[in-house]
This record gives sequence, structure tokens and C-alpha cells, in this order.
Amino acid sequence: MWDPSYLEKIREKLEEWEKEVLQPILKKLPERKQKFLTEQGFEIKRFYTPLDLAERGWDYLSKLGFPGDYPFTRGVYPTMYRGRPWTIRQYAGYGSAEETNKRYKYLLSIGQTGLSMAFDLPTQLGLDPDHPLAYYEVGKVGVSCPTPVEMEIIFDGIPMEKITTSMTINATAIEILSMYVLVAEKRGVPRHVLGGTVQNDILKEFIARNNYIYPPEPSMRYATDLIIWCAKEMPKWNSISISGYHFEEAGATPAQEIAFTLADGIEYVRWVLNRGKLQGWPRSVDDFAPRLSFFFSARTNLFEQVAKFRAARRMWAKIMKEWFGAKKPRSMMLRFHTQTAGVQLTAQQPLVNLIRTTIQALAAVLGGTQSLHVNSYDEALCLPTEEAVKLSIRVQQVLLYETGVADTIDPLGGAYYVEWLTDMLEEEAWKIIDRIERMGGMTRAVESGWPRAEIAKAAYEYQLKVEKGEVLIVGVNIFTEPEIPKIQVLKVDPAVRERVIDRLRKYRESRDVAKVKRALEEVRKVAEKDDVNIVPAIMEAVRSGATLGEISGTLREVWGEWRAPEIF
Amino acid sequence: MSQLQQRRRYKVLVAKLGLDGHDRGAKVIARALRDAGMDVVYLGVHQTPENVVRTAIEEDVDVIGISILSGSHIELVSDLMKKLREHGIDVPVIVGGVIPPQDYEELKKLGVSEVMGPGTPLSKVIEVYSKLAEEYRKRKRGESK
Repeated sequence: MWDPSYLEKIREKLEEWEKEVLQPILKKLPERKQKFLTEQGFEIKRFYTPLDLAERGWDYLSKLGFPGDYPFTRGVYPTMYRGRPWTIRQYAGYGSAEETNKRYKYLLSIGQTGLSMAFDLPTQLGLDPDHPLAYYEVGKVGVSCPTPVEMEIIFDGIPMEKITTSMTINATAIEILSMYVLVAEKRGVPRHVLGGTVQNDILKEFIARNNYIYPPEPSMRYATDLIIWCAKEMPKWNSISISGYHFEEAGATPAQEIAFTLADGIEYVRWVLNRGKLQGWPRSVDDFAPRLSFFFSARTNLFEQVAKFRAARRMWAKIMKEWFGAKKPRSMMLRFHTQTAGVQLTAQQPLVNLIRTTIQALAAVLGGTQSLHVNSYDEALCLPTEEAVKLSIRVQQVLLYETGVADTIDPLGGAYYVEWLTDMLEEEAWKIIDRIERMGGMTRAVESGWPRAEIAKAAYEYQLKVEKGEVLIVGVNIFTEPEIPKIQVLKVDPAVRERVIDRLRKYRESRDVAKVKRALEEVRKVAEKDDVNIVPAIMEAVRSGATLGEISGTLREVWGEWRAPEIF
Repeated sequence: MSQLQQRRRYKVLVAKLGLDGHDRGAKVIARALRDAGMDVVYLGVHQTPENVVRTAIEEDVDVIGISILSGSHIELVSDLMKKLREHGIDVPVIVGGVIPPQDYEELKKLGVSEVMGPGTPLSKVIEVYSKLAEEYRKRKRGESK
């Protein structure tokens, strides 16, 4: 696509410009810095021209193609936001089921278009709220949900057949999804109608997020069985959200975020294929890959972030097509959710966070996200208040309805700088993926602690840059003010704990104990075997009246617990 | 390094109390303190007050650094301080994490020496840990005389 004689002409003109226009100016007015670097550490040139792309052998059709077509660099759908806007999906939930239900209804009333459930830490770690380790944490960072009774209250008056629901749940994903399915079925909504996502990405828990229970091998079996079960039973449900967000939050560079996420994806695909051989299905990637989904972070560093999303999309398409022989285009599509980078929120001058999140959200939209969560300005201090969350939704609405950024597809496509960055990030990420491949894949890498250590190292290096003023943060190390203002904060009422525990006791008293015992015994038996899918046994246990803590406790007895190697 | 200097090294414990898994801050602090020449006992995530107190005693640390981002800081820290008192030790405790400024005073009332939220420069963190460790050692020497 590059005409050599024309490139030569550009080169000549460029040299002429440097000599006659640039040099005299530089003598009078030197630039702000000796070197300009991206967050990844790439040195940034003054500006970019076709020469930079031609040098790399860059070719439009093979690198970009068209929206909704391989390699999907420009976007996964042919019409993108012109056809359907991204889903406005704010991660929410706190206290008891009643508070959460009220918050969901509020969010929907002001224009949110999908739900995203936050569960409290005991629920995420398989502990009932009356467990001694759970007590202080009940309802703090999300809703407590030990039984379907809570799920029923959370969704009271919310049309489960219409709304899509995303659930940030991993080590107890099967128990929680079972509750959701049972509540829907009780209301006459069959599971095959339900749309949404279960995060179910245990590898990133081991690497960065730390809400794991069992050791890597049985945890992978648990996650994989849910992917297989969803592929069969819930055709509109995303069986996993392979997450890079938490890597970025823990300190990963953009290339690490891409590489660790895609390496996790590769590992899940291999596990599903292997367990498919044991269970007789699935036989090919096209049986389940269309329902794999992804989750990334959006930082303030706009162009590199847009490049990150584009590079990840192109790489996944290639992995699925060339490594795994996918035939269906949908198997090759990297569909993703984005959350703005929580770690870039500041406690200092909190309202400034609104400006940051707006730019981060813009990066996600320019990068072609399918759904978006915008953090609230107060989240470096507390859970978001209603007022703060409203502004997060308004940020998305202004982007969608006022800026025009959603009116054309991949508007930065073809920008010399952005294409160069996309290529550079891709190259860097492949190097990391190669390294993980040589380690034997991500489960092995996780056991060794290597990705954790790499991320901790990157986090520390970043902090040193902040310390030295090489990274500037308004309100933190530049334009500082003496006090952190006492803004209005949200506090979870400790009384919710008693309410949840009280309901749990009544639930335990009202059930058929012998039936629960039999169901838990079945969970144990299936967990001990390797060639059976574990989802039906867990779902039956939930149906019989077993609580989240009881099921998880049974699995703990069979599989044991894991502690990640602590490297700092 | 001479033996005397080695004995002078401050020993600090860094832990995540409660169930939240956000350990970026705790790890960065642990590493910065180590790079500043302190001995760091890093306990990592999912720690109970009991375990922190036991380790603090066993390792004879000069400062305890606690990181909490789940919003349970008041309850968890008050439990920790109670258990420290029960064991009769007054080792200084520093708390960091997502803590609204409204709660700084309450944490100090509970006996916390310092609260350092997001955005605190590492140089200040090191300075505060060193100062509190030094004061604690002086107190201990005074008691043993």
C-alpha cells in the first residue's frame, strides 16, 4: 500500500522541514523534556508520518480490515455504536439485598442499561455471613448473598428476562449463578432466555485480585466446568469475563495487561478442550468460544489505552483462528467490558476525578468497548454515594449523546501514532505470552508466582516515578492542597448484618435437613471424580437448601485451600 | 555492616487485615520500607487480628502497618487494638487504605498512631515508620531499665 517513490518524497520533505522549520525553533525554544515516554516506556517521537508505518511493513487490510471482520482491530460489530450503544453498566451492590435492590432500581431509573452485581467478600470467598471470619465484612463492598432468598429480594421488581446482569463472582461463581437461575425459573423465566455474564475468571484472582479459595488445579476445573455448562444450557450468557482490569489495578503495564489476559484466555480454551474430551463435549472451540468475554481497564493515558484495546482485539482473533482453528467469526471476537482505572482516582481534590474518569471513559469508547463502568469521584474514600454514581452515568450519557464520538467506527484508526502504538504494544505483549507458553501456560505460571511478582515490580517502579515526579498527578504531587476535604461518604449500616444473619438462620431452620445432606454428599462425590461436570451437583445443592458456605465448605474439604506465594 | 548496625535495623510488620484482596498498596509500602533498610515481615492478604498480634509478638516488631480497603477499618482495627492491649503490648500501629477523612480521628481514638491514605509520598511513609519505630524502642528500653 505504500508507493516507494511517494515515501521517498515524504522522506525528502521531512528532512527539509527538520532543517528549515524545526531546528531554528528548537534553538530558541527547547522542548519540555529530553524524552517523552508512554506508560509502557516506549519513546514517543515528535509526530508520526506514513514513514513510521511503512517501516514496519504496515498494511491496511491485514492490520485493520473492516469492522465486524477479521482481525477485528476496528471493532467486533459491523455497525458498532451506530447500531447499538455500549451498555451503561455500573458495578453496584452493598449492604443487604434490600439496599441493593433499591440502588439497582435507582440506577435503572436514571438511564443505566445493564446491571453489574457487586458481592461482599464473604460471598466471594464462600463464607456464610455468620462465619467468624466473615462478620466484619458482611455487606461492605457488595451485597451479602448466601442463599437464593437474598437473590430474590435483590431482583424484586426487576425484569430478569429483559435486563442483562453481569456478576463479579469467581471462586463461588457456580453457587451464585445457580441462585440467579433458580430465582428466574421460579418466576417463569427459563435459563436459556437469561442474558448476562459471570466473571468466573479464577486465574486473575490468583495473580492479582486475591479472592480465590481452592488451589489452581481444582479451581480451573471448577471454572472450566461452568464454561462448558453455560455453553450448553445458557446460550445468551457469557460464561467467563477474562479480566485484565485487575492486573492493571495491581500495577501491570498496558502490555502486561494484554498479555496476562490473553494468556489466561488461552489457558481456559485449552482446559475446556481437555475437559471436553473427558466429558464428551465440547468438541471444538466454536462450541464455546463465542461466549467467552473480556474485561479491561481504561487509564487516563488516552492514546496508549485506545491502542491497548485495538491490539488485544487483533491478537485474540489471531490466537483463536490460527492457534485453535476457530471457524465461526464470533469465536474470534474479543468482546469486552471496561472499567475506568480505580487506581488513578485520588483522595486529594476528589472532584478532579470526574475529569479523569471522563477521559478514561472516552478511551474505552474510542477503543470499542461493549459495556462500560465509570468509577465515581468519591471512590478513593468510600463506596460511591447515589449522587456520585449519578454523575458516573451522566459522564457516559454525555459521551454517547453529545460528543459525536459514537457516530463513526474506530475514529482513531489510521492515525499514524495510534497505529504505531497498537503495533508496538502487540509486539511487546507477544513477547510476554511467549514466555508464559515456555513456562507451560498460565496455571503453571500462577503456581510459580511469576506473574504476581512481575506486577508487584511494575507497581513499585510506577510508585518510584510518582515519588521522583516523573509521573505527575494533579493534587498528589503537583498543584497540591493541604487538606483532604470531608466530602459526604456512604457508610454501610451495621444493622444489615443482623438482618442477613437472621434470615439465614430462618432459612436453615425451614429446610429439609436430610435432603441438604444428600445433596452435599453428591457435591463431594462429584468433586472427588474428575470426569464429571460439577455444575449440576452444585445447582441441585442450592435447590435443596444448602447455603453458599456449606457448598463451598464441602469443596474446601475435598480440594483444600490455596495461599498465593507472597512476593513483594 | 557491623553487628551493632544490624541490631539497629527497624523491624516492621505489614499486613492486610480482613478479607479484601487489594494488596498493591501494602506491597509497595513493604518494598519501600525494605529498600529504606528495614526488616519487613509481610503477611499478605486475609489476615485476622489474632494472627497479626501473634506474629508481632513472635517477630518482636517495632511497628505494625495495616492496609484495609474494604470499609471495615473501624471494626477490624478496634478488634486488633483490643487484642494488642490484652497482650500488654503498645507497638505503634499505622493504618492505610481507603479511609474517609471523617474516620481518621476515630482510628486515632482507638489508639492508632498514624493514618496514611492514598497519595501519601513514600518518603513520608518511611519517615513516619522510622520515627514511630525509634520512639517505640526508646519506650521499650525505658521499661526494661
